[in-house]
Amino acid sequence: MKIVGISGSIVGSKTRTAMNCLSREISEKLPEAQFTLIDLAEYNLQFSDGRNYLEYEGDTGYVTKTIMEADALVIGTPIFQASIPATLKNIFDLLPVSAFRDKVVSILVTAGSAKHYLVVEQQLKPIVSYMKGQIVQTYVFIEEKDFHNKQIVNDDVLFRIERLVEDTVLLTETLTKLREEKEAKYDF
Amino acid sequence: MEKYRIDTSKGLEFGLYTLGDHIPDPKTGKRISAQQRIKEIIELAQHAEQAGIDFFSVGESHQDYFVTQAHSVVLSAIAQATKNIKIGSSSTIISTSDPVRVYEDFATIDLISDGRAEIIAGRASRVGLYHLLGYNLSDYEALFEEKFDLLLKINEEEIVNWSGNYREPLKNAEILPRPKNGSLPIWRAVGGTSSSAMKAGYAGVPMMLAALGGPAGIYKNIIEAYRETARNNGFDPSALPVGTTGFFFAAETSQEAMREMYPYINEGMVLTNGQGFPKQAFAQAADKRSVINVGSSQQIIEKILYQYELFGHQRYLAQMDFGGMPFDRLMKNIEIIGTEILPAIRKYTAKK
Repeated sequence: MKIVGISGSIVGSKTRTAMNCLSREISEKLPEAQFTLIDLAEYNLQFSDGRNYLEYEGDTGYVTKTIMEADALVIGTPIFQASIPATLKNIFDLLPVSAFRDKVVSILVTAGSAKHYLVVEQQLKPIVSYMKGQIVQTYVFIEEKDFHNKQIVNDDVLFRIERLVEDTVLLTETLTKLREEKEAKYDF
Repeated sequence: MEKYRIDTSKGLEFGLYTLGDHIPDPKTGKRISAQQRIKEIIELAQHAEQAGIDFFSVGESHQDYFVTQAHSVVLSAIAQATKNIKIGSSSTIISTSDPVRVYEDFATIDLISDGRAEIIAGRASRVGLYHLLGYNLSDYEALFEEKFDLLLKINEEEIVNWSGNYREPLKNAEILPRPKNGSLPIWRAVGGTSSSAMKAGYAGVPMMLAALGGPAGIYKNIIEAYRETARNNGFDPSALPVGTTGFFFAAETSQEAMREMYPYINEGMVLTNGQGFPKQAFAQAADKRSVINVGSSQQIIEKILYQYELFGHQRYLAQMDFGGMPFDRLMKNIEIIGTEILPAIRKYTAKK
């Protein structure tokens, strides 16, 4: 199983800290999974200009192709101005309409305020649905107070990350298995 | 319709088109040489003509896994190798070409072929050619509109006075040679959206509509939007031909056709677009209402006639060589088209 994590901002540390946590969880619990973390802060991505994702070069081409090859995605994002960062939206814009077809997408969000809780529900999930992703409905919402010195200090958050990884794998395996069974029944 | 060399009394025209893709056969993993692929395309046109097929066209794609970048050169060879079949492009990317040169090429092909050449002009579904050929992608829309307008103007007027943003002005320019009968049929290639179709309607030009998947009904709505827009802009839709294009594969039984075709469509899409054709969506192609013409010859006849009833179109273009489909399968399909499908379609659509 190919799992790709995205840390969706080029500034700040909380989302990356949480994604590092998720990354450790995956490597401990799922040593056989191929996990790739894409921290957008480490890449120089161009804005989408509408071309096919295969036609981008350099960092942009690497990121689009890596995401398209994944079986499951974990999108980590902060909330800026009551929405996702433009850097993350650009990732969606770089990809084809049905980019997440046959992919499971789970979400981890960091926010400065509990008031942002529904931003994922109202703004991120509709994009993932439109792009045909199978969403792990429960996302991990992490607040400022759960971090200290670039560490997660709330065990509840760590438990929720554990469960997010389990749910991501469970949904991916289930859908993959059922899809393969269904496709085997087609006579072509 | 005469202006576009279409005789509606003969019923729905049936054509073949190739994008000129050059893809390994997914069943063997082997890819024929570029030279062999080009020769097979020319040979395919000859066999299409012998089977009584009305039209054959070749497309232009400037990227990996394609071989007919110089599609007008290939068409020129087809013009020489055939006698009766109408020939054209599918499509010519006018946005990244000089309309004067395109017209010179196709007028020449028209003379070589004794009046059989047509242009279907499009905008390209992928955009690597903008960089390759030195155009700015941010001019995508404006480039097409300006160059397509100029192409139409050259077709209408022997002496051209013109100025625009993306080319030097033309002052009393005589664009030569002229086609055999004075003008060429020029179609606008349209992707599967109403907004794109309406642009063809605004210009009052024939529309060639890509209908690659889904139920035929959605394309009926698009064609209606085109005709309505043409009518509202002072054009008579009954004088404007509509063509549709889409995947085609015939075999003895529908199961065999689906089995034979699926890996080619799927692998071809993976290599040229990055994403395959979902099996679930392909399974629906077995339904008569699906626009994908795959099945036994009888099923395909029913589908094409159903589409004809919905669309009232003048030409259908079949794409069957996509994804590295081997030549012997193409030959078999041409035989089925010539002996079973064409006679039935003509019987039901020609005016008696």
